[in-house]
Amino acid sequence: MKILIIAEHKNGLLSEATQELFGLPLGQAEVHAVVAGESVEPLAGPLGQLGAAKVHLIESPALASGTGESLGQALGQFIPQLAPDVVLAAHSAQGKDLAPRLAAALDAALATDCIQVSCDGDQVTARRPVYAGKATAEVEFTDDGLKVISVRPRTVKPPESDAARSASDASVAVEFPAQKTALKKIIAGGNERPDVTEASIIVTGGRSLGSAENFSVIENFADSIGAAVGSSRAAVDAGYRPYRDQVGQTGKVVSPQVYIACGVSGAIQHLAGMRTSKHIVAINTDPDAPIFQLADYGIVGDLFEVVPLLAEAAKNRSGS
Amino acid sequence: MNIFACIKQVPDTTTRIKLRGDGNGIDEADIQWIISPHDELAIEEALRLREQRPDSTVTVLSAGPERVTDSLRMALAMGADSAVRLDLPGDADSGMNARALAVAIGKLGQPDIVFTGKEAIDDGAAAVGQALAVSLGMPCVTVVNGIDYGDGVITCRRDVGGGNIEVIETSLPAVVAAQVGLNEPRYATALNIIRAKKKPIDTLFADELGVTETNRKTRLKNFELPPPKQPCQIIEGTPADQAKELIRVLAEDIQAI
Ligand SMILES: Cc1cc2nc3c(=O)[nH]c(=O)nc-3n(C[C@H](O)[C@H](O)[C@H](O)COP(=O)(O)OP(=O)(O)OC[C@H]3O[C@@H](n4cnc5c(N)ncnc54)[C@H](O)[C@@H]3O)c2cc1C
Repeated sequence: MKILIIAEHKNGLLSEATQELFGLPLGQAEVHAVVAGESVEPLAGPLGQLGAAKVHLIESPALASGTGESLGQALGQFIPQLAPDVVLAAHSAQGKDLAPRLAAALDAALATDCIQVSCDGDQVTARRPVYAGKATAEVEFTDDGLKVISVRPRTVKPPESDAARSASDASVAVEFPAQKTALKKIIAGGNERPDVTEASIIVTGGRSLGSAENFSVIENFADSIGAAVGSSRAAVDAGYRPYRDQVGQTGKVVSPQVYIACGVSGAIQHLAGMRTSKHIVAINTDPDAPIFQLADYGIVGDLFEVVPLLAEAAKNRSGS
Repeated sequence: MNIFACIKQVPDTTTRIKLRGDGNGIDEADIQWIISPHDELAIEEALRLREQRPDSTVTVLSAGPERVTDSLRMALAMGADSAVRLDLPGDADSGMNARALAVAIGKLGQPDIVFTGKEAIDDGAAAVGQALAVSLGMPCVTVVNGIDYGDGVITCRRDVGGGNIEVIETSLPAVVAAQVGLNEPRYATALNIIRAKKKPIDTLFADELGVTETNRKTRLKNFELPPPKQPCQIIEGTPADQAKELIRVLAEDIQAI
């Protein structure tokens, strides 16, 4: 079995979600990686250390601004040359856009947002959440043609890089037909904290915060433990937080190691965005709040009293 | 302009999911069906564009079984000019749905723009917009939360996470997948809902669309509900004790901080 991992990178570094793909149980498969960009040769080393046997480099100024269109064209030409059995990508902002383009262009089977992927001999197994995580289902591939699979970030841990391993690398030439889309600019969100989709800990506040200013209680605690700040939709709708922080069915779907919900009732649409978190903590004045049914740890209490004490306890602990 | 919106009918967000006896799907018996929330944004954007451009029509398409007609009627009640159902099984994979939509759009006239939602909340695959664009040979911009309409081009704001926005210009015709923030979908008035009941909804059948089971590449099976949760451990004590204990749990038991 031949597997191709699409390596995502930013500022010269591999994304965490790409590194995780090498941690999937891929059996004895021959693992290739492809990395596309303006100048990506320095990434061959780290990809080899993660376990790629061969790294394919697609370098072109046309890829500098990486629109889905140019990336899709580049990979769409390269993949048939390599003829892998499986293409793996992270279900990140980039991978979400790209994987369906590739599957359609290559007439391949597609399984996105998988939370279990394994390869054994010539068997590929994938499982994905359905109905916003209220259930999961196995993806049956009905033929043995190419499969394009995207994997939810934080599904597995990345392997340790092994300096003794290295990959051979080869550059790949592709052509870029006239582009119909162009990236004009990127407007930075100005978020100094980690993004909710990337953070390993999220502290979320709800409507009960009562104002944008009061969210400083949540921010202080989040900063004391290096967490992202999340928000319920009620708090976004009330203007306390920007939409980028919204977790839930119509916000971000997150899967951190720890999710700390402060003054969030646990409406089904909120749970849809965070139920696959590894550990869930709830702080709420109402012992019957639905969030406690999903939580692993709970504090029944007033967040305005408890959360500042949490920040203090965290600081004391890291100081000691 | 010839404007299309493609929508999917999905279980209401509050539905309690029950599995079918054979485990290869869900029990649809008591499900309340709705238009997937991001697809309402697609309909709304199509209607707003029509309002800006005289002589435009909005056609709404949905692939699925007979029940999908209700969602198409809701789209007509919101203001769409016509609605067409593509008769595909409810469990068609995203490739089958995209292919059927592309063929249907080809039959119904040269599109200027096609709107979809960024993903449907049932399978959350986020695939049909891009796949449809590939089939139609059009560019595609996904996760769009703002559009400036020009002459033969549009400028889209894409939500790429972390509050960061990519500004992408694309020529038309194009496929645009809508994200929250693009607009606020209107409510259909009671009167328009009643009026929509009398409007015709055309059906295109799978064989007319050239999509059959042989086009299927994936099927979902062996559904599982999440394992029952261990009951929540409530941390007791004074607020200061509770705080200290929770931080200890995070640091020692979970080793997260
Ligand atoms: C189609 C659709 C999509 C939706 N999408 C989303 C989504 O993406 N994300 C989302 O979050 N919601 C979403 N919602 C909304 C959702 O249904 C809820 O309305 C929302 O999640 C409630 O937010 P909340 O928990 O902050 O507020 P509330 O439900 O009002 O809960 C506030 C909680 O705070 C507690 N509380 C009050 N004071 C304190 C205090 N001092 N200390 C501690 N606890 C306190 C209360 O006991 C209560 O449990 C969606 C709804 C629909 C219909």
